[in-house]
Amino acid sequence: MSDTPYFHSVRLDAEKCKGCTTCLKRCPTEAIRIRNNRATILHERCIDCGECIRVCTSHAKIAVTDPLEIIDGFKYKIALPAPTLYSQFIHVHRSEPIIASLLKIGFDDVFEVARAAEVVSYAISKLLITEDRPKPVISSACPVILRLIQINFPSLLDNVIDMISPMEAAAKIAKEEFAKKHGVPVGEIGAFFISPCAAKMTAVKNPLGQEKSYVDGVIAIKDIYTRIEKHLKEGFDPLEIDRASTVGIKWAIPGGETSAVGSRNSLCVDGVENVMRVLEQIENARFERLDYFEGLACTNGCLGGPLTVENCFVAKNRLASVVKHTAQRMVSKTEIFEDAVSTLRMTQEIEPNEVMQLRGSIFERIKRAEEIEMICKGLPGFDCGSCGSPTCRALAWDIAHGYANELNCVFKLQERISQMAEEMVKLGESTRFTSYRKDDGSKKEGL
Amino acid sequence: MMIKETYQVTAGDMTAAGDVSARIKRHMKQLGIPASVMRRVAVGTYEAEINLVIHSDGGRIDFAITPEGIDIRVVDVGPGIADIEKAMTEGWSTATNEVRNMGFGAGMGLPNMKRNADEFTIASEVGVGTDIHMLFRI
Repeated sequence: MSDTPYFHSVRLDAEKCKGCTTCLKRCPTEAIRIRNNRATILHERCIDCGECIRVCTSHAKIAVTDPLEIIDGFKYKIALPAPTLYSQFIHVHRSEPIIASLLKIGFDDVFEVARAAEVVSYAISKLLITEDRPKPVISSACPVILRLIQINFPSLLDNVIDMISPMEAAAKIAKEEFAKKHGVPVGEIGAFFISPCAAKMTAVKNPLGQEKSYVDGVIAIKDIYTRIEKHLKEGFDPLEIDRASTVGIKWAIPGGETSAVGSRNSLCVDGVENVMRVLEQIENARFERLDYFEGLACTNGCLGGPLTVENCFVAKNRLASVVKHTAQRMVSKTEIFEDAVSTLRMTQEIEPNEVMQLRGSIFERIKRAEEIEMICKGLPGFDCGSCGSPTCRALAWDIAHGYANELNCVFKLQERISQMAEEMVKLGESTRFTSYRKDDGSKKEGL
Repeated sequence: MMIKETYQVTAGDMTAAGDVSARIKRHMKQLGIPASVMRRVAVGTYEAEINLVIHSDGGRIDFAITPEGIDIRVVDVGPGIADIEKAMTEGWSTATNEVRNMGFGAGMGLPNMKRNADEFTIASEVGVGTDIHMLFRI
């Protein structure tokens, strides 16, 4: 474990936050609380899915990525465009002008992540045949789903395929090929992912399954968009790079990975809520013969990533057109494919994340759970979010851990106020009675 | 010291089927019950719950989580099982076509419960009801 603090791409712009409950109710890991009229993100729970970025009407949730200038820190610069990039530009139905624009912006080379996706697909399909694994085997490509499984479905970690993602594979292969071709040291080459995804930024800073990322920077599609757009109408020299085929480009669309892997009985689900429901069913052993599961946090997969520019359905339609203009044959050399099973393997185990669990011995945990149940029973169960916690149960957890108190609940507060008002009335009545007795003169007479 | 809850399950209400097992699972996750145990409990209770909805005239599920393990009791009010031995046979089912069309009633319910639990007992009387007890050790 490194000592550097965990980096999150998804953050709050406190100035813009008005403290509403929109993001609170949508966060799949209950990682948001509203305190002092603004949202706070519980960093240890956040999986950088970007749901809050999508739903925030004040645009107070942001994703931090690298500026384009980061490429200047390296002598040789390689762009790694996600296949999603090809779907973003109106009237552009081919990938060539987009790749040519990247070269004009200042990159020395372009290695399509789609090409690496082909290699990863091949390696996975080989592993599915040669190794006996717990079924269904679960894709490791979506970084949000990996974090989700760590937190909410640790029993399924053994099902996750131990292959690095196409982004990582692209960076690794691109640097090796470039170093060999130009005779330069790998250390002087920077590889930069052009990303639709905030969680990829987090994954590069805190990699899962490998000690260090091969990627040197993550540039958001939305940040590089206008720079590319400017060059799109210019002519360009024929590209001298090995191109990705339809197999890899389709990885941007839900189901693209499963069809590339080619397992007999596979399932792809997109949208983080849907994925959670299906993982629940996988845990309940409801799928009898499922071989492979591809879960994508965003609706329409990477095409719906929070760092994209185009509407994801428009993008899906356009990418289908790009696919039509793409070669079907893969060009990567045979040895890359053959070696991938070992060279693109994860080197570290993915551990469960116990942040949602109670602490202490089993006795202490049960005792704390009892306490939470007791508190929860006293709450109204409306899950309205007005207290600043996403559900009544979450508030009960927060109260039990000393992060909130019962009167954060507006209904409890109302109850308490009317109780106090009643007491005040009673107090008022009783004091009035005393003063009446005082003023009736009887005592004076008695003196 | 234990977490103890009781849930009523309505016969024929497929929309609520799975709620109780989801709830038990949420407790187990919060408590950090080992994944291997949790999965067995999840499968066992889900089967029990579906059984109540499909085959029984309604009933209840009691669950208790203690430091030793998870104790599940499933009690229904009828109609009872005539031949328990047959009901415990894999693939044997009395489910209607309608239920089978929904993907249930494959005759794996009781065998699955028995296979996943560390202790499993079943008692049934036609006209009275069925009483199942499952224990999963932590």
